[in-house]
Amino acid sequence: MNDILQSFIGLGSSNPMIKMGIDVVIILVKIAIVVAIALLHVAYATYFERKVMARMQVRIGPTEVGPIGLFQPFADGIKLFFKEDIIPANADKPIFYLSPVIFFAAALTSLAVLPFFKGFVIADINVGLLFLFAMSSIGAYGIVMSGWSSDSKFAFLGGLRSASQVISYEIAMGLSLVGVMIMAGSLNLSDIVTAQHRYPTGMFVIPQFLGFFVFIIAALAETNRLPFDLPEAESELVAGYFTEYSGFRFAMFFLGEYTGMLIMSSIVSLCFLGGWTIPRFVTDILPFLSYVPGIIWFLMKVYAVMFFYYWVRSTFPRYRYDQLMSIGWKLLIPLALFNIVITGIAKAFAKGLL
Amino acid sequence: MLPKLFFGYYAVVITFLSVLIITRKNPVHSVMWMLLLFFHIAGLYLFLNAEFIAAIQVIVYAGAILVLFLFVVLLLNLREELQVKRFVGSWPAGLIIAAGMLAIVVNVIKSFTAAPRGIYSIEYIKNATHTKALGQVLYTEYLFPFEIASLILLVAIIGAIVLAKRKLRS
Repeated sequence: MNDILQSFIGLGSSNPMIKMGIDVVIILVKIAIVVAIALLHVAYATYFERKVMARMQVRIGPTEVGPIGLFQPFADGIKLFFKEDIIPANADKPIFYLSPVIFFAAALTSLAVLPFFKGFVIADINVGLLFLFAMSSIGAYGIVMSGWSSDSKFAFLGGLRSASQVISYEIAMGLSLVGVMIMAGSLNLSDIVTAQHRYPTGMFVIPQFLGFFVFIIAALAETNRLPFDLPEAESELVAGYFTEYSGFRFAMFFLGEYTGMLIMSSIVSLCFLGGWTIPRFVTDILPFLSYVPGIIWFLMKVYAVMFFYYWVRSTFPRYRYDQLMSIGWKLLIPLALFNIVITGIAKAFAKGLL
Repeated sequence: MLPKLFFGYYAVVITFLSVLIITRKNPVHSVMWMLLLFFHIAGLYLFLNAEFIAAIQVIVYAGAILVLFLFVVLLLNLREELQVKRFVGSWPAGLIIAAGMLAIVVNVIKSFTAAPRGIYSIEYIKNATHTKALGQVLYTEYLFPFEIASLILLVAIIGAIVLAKRKLRS
């Protein structure tokens, strides 16, 4: 990808300073493309969610703005932009301003290490998976600090709930991916995808079904989605940590939450469903499928996981707080640890060490 | 030139942030500065080609330990906390101890000699990836100290649970 862009710009200069400058420009262009496309996807994820949920509840969802309501996300965005920006009198101003930015920036930064198709990734770093964990834990600061700085009981309780929930489920999430790391032998997301293509099953979801189960539940909790959306439980806490936010600051939380969902779905797609590749046994039977570009497969997988999110949301009731904690600590973490032991033994066996 | 500039930036900012952390009146602001400090320390690790440790620094320190700090700090009564003096009265004693420490460090630096070059050069680590190089050393050569460290942590966990349970009963 970089080579193509290099030759497209076509300077081919030998001066290292110019070369570095071109690299920087290429990275900036890539970032602009990824952020713009990701935000467009986020906007339509809200539309998709409303339509899917409406159908599941025997309604029809948004229809008024544009054909079959297709411009609804833009109408919502414009509305949020022009709302009055209200700041509570007793709020801790600097932190109140900063927290939505931290939340949104942490979500967007995660996009940097995701390989969308073969060779297209902004930063192809060796510890990509760990980088994603790090960013998801930074996002928690946005939530906790917004809850505290709003100087409101509802927001504060929402923030505290979220902090404990995110810490608890992060452990399960991290451990559930260790099986994938062992099987792929790498933390680089592109390597994980190519490693899946080498295995006869083609996707890690089949040998790693325990890890997949744990990860997908932990991902729901990590993004504060139903049935684990206690930090923003409407019936108890109004809107939880962003109760006091309005206008564009609220929109940043909203966008951050949906970007977080997009990233979690992408991780599921990359680590368990084979990313931009399809299993070899499928292409053996239907060879013409190998001509479909990788980005199509990737997006189909991401949207399948997103659909699962919406499906869960419109199906399950909210858990109680003690149930949330006992699921995280007493079910998911032991399951993930068990999965690591099994995978480790299997890998050692396959390598002939046992 | 560029590496020196990077290191200079990190050294200056880390010192500056450390001072900010201990002088803020509001403990929540201290925690936020500390978050920034942890990011700079992670940057310093990246600068040393230690990408795994940099990621772990952010995940463990910023993502878990500092959130627990934040938990405690958020539950403080801030109105009372803001009235409390930041430093204890016996600062001259502290100053003397700190000056003594500095003198020791300065004296030790004189006898500093560079260790012989091992096999873990930058090229080696870049080839094998830092995670792999670290894992191989940690789980073969240093397995015993590693297990001792994990045992100590286990003792701490059990101790915390025992203390919490005793309070629940009474």
